[in-house]
Order: sequence, then structure tokens, then C-alpha cells
Amino acid sequence: MKKNLFALLVVLMLGWAAYASFFVAPTENTMGVIQRIFYLHMPSAIVAFCAFLVTFVANLLYVFRRQQRWDWLAVSAAEVGLAYITVVLITGPIWAHPVWGIWWTWDARLTSTFVLWLLYISYLLLRTLIEDPHRRALASAVYGIFAFLDVPLVHMSIRWWRTQHPQPVLMGGPGTGLDSRMKIVLLYSFIALLSLMIFLVRQRYELEAMRGQADVLRREAEAA
Amino acid sequence: MKNLDSVFAAYMVGWGVFFLYQLTVSRRVASLRDEIEQLRISLKREK
Repeated sequence: MKKNLFALLVVLMLGWAAYASFFVAPTENTMGVIQRIFYLHMPSAIVAFCAFLVTFVANLLYVFRRQQRWDWLAVSAAEVGLAYITVVLITGPIWAHPVWGIWWTWDARLTSTFVLWLLYISYLLLRTLIEDPHRRALASAVYGIFAFLDVPLVHMSIRWWRTQHPQPVLMGGPGTGLDSRMKIVLLYSFIALLSLMIFLVRQRYELEAMRGQADVLRREAEAA
Repeated sequence: MKNLDSVFAAYMVGWGVFFLYQLTVSRRVASLRDEIEQLRISLKREK
């Protein structure tokens, strides 16, 4: 019942965020209506970073405590984070094409984001290669800790290098900033997408816990 | 409204990714629930 209520709340928040992105946020002067992709693209990127941070912390906790639940949380958040970063990699080129005249360029921001996507795909692939649950959890935890190092690199890439991707609009220093209505819509979208991330991680964690339960039952059935 | 179709495409594809992901997780949960139930029944029979 609680789960259904939370799901309904998430759907309502997502609906409101989409409405606000189209009808509340003002049209940006230079890019026009295409800039509205920003309210899906940027919050998805931040939420993906949050999910990978959860994976990183859970990986560290697994390495130090060796409790299966941290491994379950790590893989759940990694998979959800991957879904979000996929959305970033799809919406980015759709926005870039009319504005830059190209779908893609290998600049520091785009390349490091693509590498991040590959790193977490590899994280999930690695888990399919190891049968023993404890070895699998440890190997993927160690790998996941190193994979997370790309997240700060992606974040800082537009500050450290000259890129085709725009400079930061929030906390980007003098000459940068957002209209107050744009900031509010951005915040709505972020909260809605973060809530969806929490919902998806919980659901994915439930699946992983059930897999653990099924493994125990399978072993019992084999032993009987 | 220039590029409005691109904005719609971006939102449709974006929400589509989340929806499909949620759907795959729900299906995996449902199928695993069935498997656990079957395993429990077969273990009970053997006891």
C-alpha cells in the first residue's frame, strides 16, 4: 500500500515537472524552445551521479563489512544510474543537433560521460562472469570504487578544459546564472527525478534480495 | 515553434527509457517470485 502511494506520488511529481518544463519555464532567448530539454537532461545527469555515489558508498561498505545487502544496494543503484546516464546521452545529442549543428563531438565532457556509461555497463557485465556470490560482490565492489573516479572528472570537465558543451550555469562564476523561474522548474524536475530514482532503486533492491533468497532455496533443493 | 518536435522526441525517449526499465524490473520481480514459490512447493513435497 505504502509502495503504491509512493509510486503514485512519483508519477504526479513527474507529471508536474513535465508540465512546468513546457508551460511554466520561460523560453530561453538564444536557443528558443529546444532549451527546454535542459529540464530533463541536467537533472538526469545529477541524479545519475547521486545513484553512482550510492553505489560507491555501498561498495566501500561491502569491502569493509562483507554484508550481502551492501552488494545488493550497489548493483541496484548502478543499474538505475545507468538508465539515467543513458537518458543524458540520448537527450544531449537531440539538444545539440539544432544548436551546434552536430549530434556529437569528442570533447572532454561528452567523452568522459560516454566513458562513465561504459564503465557501469562493464560493472554489470563483470557481475555476470562470476558465479560465487561473495567473489562476485568483492570483485564488483573493488571495480565499482575505481569506476566512481570518473564521476568527479565528468563534473569538473567543463571547468578544467575548453569544451563544446556549455560552461556551468549554476555556481559557474561571474556572467553565469539562471532566471528564477528556470531555477524553480529545474528544482522541481530534480526532485521528481530523484524520487523516481529512489523508487526504482527500492524496486531493484527487492529483486536482488529475492535473487539471494532464490539461490538459498536452489541450494536447499539440490542438497535434498 | 521551431524545434518543438525535437523537444517532444527528447522527452518521449527519456520517459520511455525510465518506463521500459521499470517494466523490465517488474517483470523480473514477478518471474522470480513465481520461481521462489515453485522452489518452496518442491522443497515442501520432498520433506
